[in-house]
Amino acid sequence: MTEAGYNFAYLDEATKRMIRRAILKAVAIPGHQIPFGAREMPLPYGWGTGGIQVTASILGPTDVLKVIDQGADDTTNAVSIRRFFTRVAGIATTDATGEASIIQTRHRIPEKPLTENQILVYQVPQPEPLFRLEPHRAETRRLHALADYGLMHVRLYEDIARLGHIAKAYDYPVMVNERYLMSPSPIPAFDNPKMHQMAALQLFGAGREKRIYAVPPYTPVRSLDFEDHPFRPIRAPQACAICGSKTSYLDELVTDDAGGRAFICSDTDYCQERQAAPKAAAE
Amino acid sequence: MSILLRTEGLSKAFTLHLQGGTRIPVLGQVDLAVSAGECVALSGPSGAGKSTLMRCLYGNYGVGSGRILLAHRGEELDLASADPRAVVAARRQTIGYVSQFLRVIPRVSTRDIVADPMMARGMAREDALVRASALLDRLNLPERLHGLPPATFSGGEQQRVNLARGFGPRYPVLLLDEPTASLDAGNRAIVIGLIHEAKQAGTAIVGIFHDAEVREAVADRVFTVEPMQDAA
Amino acid sequence: MKTLLEAKALRLNFGAIAALDDVSLDVTAGEVVAIVGESGSGKTTLLRVLAGQMAPDSGAVHYLGRDVLGMTEAERRRLMRSDWGFVHQNPRDGLRMGVSAGGNVGERLMALGARHYGNIRDEAKAWLQRVEIDAGRIDDLPRHFSGGMQQRLQIARTLVTRPKLVFMDEPTGGLDVSVQARLLDLIRALVRELGLSVLIVTHDIAAARLLADRILVMRRGQVVEQGLTDRVLDDPQHPYTQLLVSSVLAA
Repeated sequence: MTEAGYNFAYLDEATKRMIRRAILKAVAIPGHQIPFGAREMPLPYGWGTGGIQVTASILGPTDVLKVIDQGADDTTNAVSIRRFFTRVAGIATTDATGEASIIQTRHRIPEKPLTENQILVYQVPQPEPLFRLEPHRAETRRLHALADYGLMHVRLYEDIARLGHIAKAYDYPVMVNERYLMSPSPIPAFDNPKMHQMAALQLFGAGREKRIYAVPPYTPVRSLDFEDHPFRPIRAPQACAICGSKTSYLDELVTDDAGGRAFICSDTDYCQERQAAPKAAAE
Repeated sequence: MSILLRTEGLSKAFTLHLQGGTRIPVLGQVDLAVSAGECVALSGPSGAGKSTLMRCLYGNYGVGSGRILLAHRGEELDLASADPRAVVAARRQTIGYVSQFLRVIPRVSTRDIVADPMMARGMAREDALVRASALLDRLNLPERLHGLPPATFSGGEQQRVNLARGFGPRYPVLLLDEPTASLDAGNRAIVIGLIHEAKQAGTAIVGIFHDAEVREAVADRVFTVEPMQDAA
Repeated sequence: MKTLLEAKALRLNFGAIAALDDVSLDVTAGEVVAIVGESGSGKTTLLRVLAGQMAPDSGAVHYLGRDVLGMTEAERRRLMRSDWGFVHQNPRDGLRMGVSAGGNVGERLMALGARHYGNIRDEAKAWLQRVEIDAGRIDDLPRHFSGGMQQRLQIARTLVTRPKLVFMDEPTGGLDVSVQARLLDLIRALVRELGLSVLIVTHDIAAARLLADRILVMRRGQVVEQGLTDRVLDDPQHPYTQLLVSSVLAA
């Protein structure tokens, strides 16, 4: 038994069953949003309650949990959530991507490719990709049902007409299984290609909006684009100042008042692995 | 020669509901037949119903009773009872109408107005435009007017546009309502020429000609429309 | 002559008022049919029922043999995106006001699978020119267009996918007279060029005469007279038609 009074992973079993049912439906219809009865969580909306509820519902005593926030294991939110699950589930946790069976993430996909034995749980603020284009929920549900995505096409067209390129740097809309338009959550557009045919199961939880959706393993996920304006993943052209990676997604850090800046890997575990590797090779 | 247009017992009355339902009979049991190559002139006093008869023949006015049989696509079509779509087809293909008054469509050039019915009948656009220009030239309409919409043309000029539009498609049957009313002697002669050519090509023509000279030059016979008595 | 649309015995009551009282009509391929009448005649209601936007109390509507009233919303939307077009009286109802002219015209192309930005843009430009909008305004928002331009843009947006049947609800309503004339002429030319079939509702008899092969006159939910346009307007039989025609002021 964990900290006194709490069921394993905080949620009662009936709630977990309800959420698991929603997850099953979501997996059966890739990219389609399933409503669920989100519960009161010990964090306010906007702090990852959706992701936490999904994780709580799939967590088992032998799972190893990794939690990252913008790629880092050591930021406040990541630390809080990891400690929460330690207290209410007593499971093992890790910073190493390769050792985790469940990875809960806010706004990034780990650089290290995931395996069939892993589940990636995304925290989602706004599950509806058409939200800014069509304010009525009843109407967006109809549009999804009819696969009528003219609004999004028009938005992309307008970007190119006005700016010469599609102006979505994060939360870049994708077509899942060539059927549903989906919001991948505010991950950088750079991460979108990782979703395509990923070996791991991807689950998405939105607590405030009370929606769950999923991308099963090995599902086609295509970023929307035009034939003559193809999707290009964008990163800063620099190399990481610490590990030297020229392929990982970089955070830009302001280092002094004189305009100095440094670019460092956003994925802390990836960066550390790379730092350790030459030492290991040297030994 | 074959009869291309004939009426059987054609009768028509107007009922003016806005004037208390006054009923005015205009045509009573009219039997008219026109053969290919023949020109029949309608005669009768003013108000006798000549124009009314013409409009009935074109389907522009409905009839009270009787039939109007047009030789159309190898069959006899009764314009009096035909489906409106059949009348539209007959007008496109077989029967033309030249009135004194040109209903102007804004922004369409004279040449296009004349070419339109020819194209509707199947002529290629370029050929239709060439023939339109030729007809307008023949009718002495100055070239500088060919590209303008005819809204600002004089009565005589508008009538000549109408004539070009009517004679262009070479309809088997042609109805001419006062074709020379606003024309001078020179242009009247040209119209006479057009009518003769049409007759020689086998066109059946029904016309109202107030001008005796024109009537004598083109009509093979006269059909008198007797005025009917007003209803009590 | 292929029958595109067929309506039989339509009835629709709003409480005690008969908006549609046993109305039947049909539209064949390539013809323009005008429905005229004054306010409250039921003509707009009729158009909405025919386009599947409103259900009658009884009666049937068939498009190429398919039951329009029995269609699912999905089927009707698909029809409206491909075979059908609808030009609204107020262009704001038929346009995305916050989307550029090019985006408005290109949307239907993209909805049908067009994926090449350059081609979509070229086709949008061509259509703008066809409706006499300067192609240089392709990136402008419709809210910066005049009423007549907005209406022409709506027409371009509707016709870009070459629908077979176009419903028009008072397309020239609210426009200045000279603007109306230009729009009517444009519609006339496009109808002939593209071989469209059109069902147009209007209270403007002159517009009906210009555009339509056949005309239906409605009053209080009933079709009081119908037939060849020039026949109905030049030799009206029904008392109401005679009243309507005699009421039109000549310029």
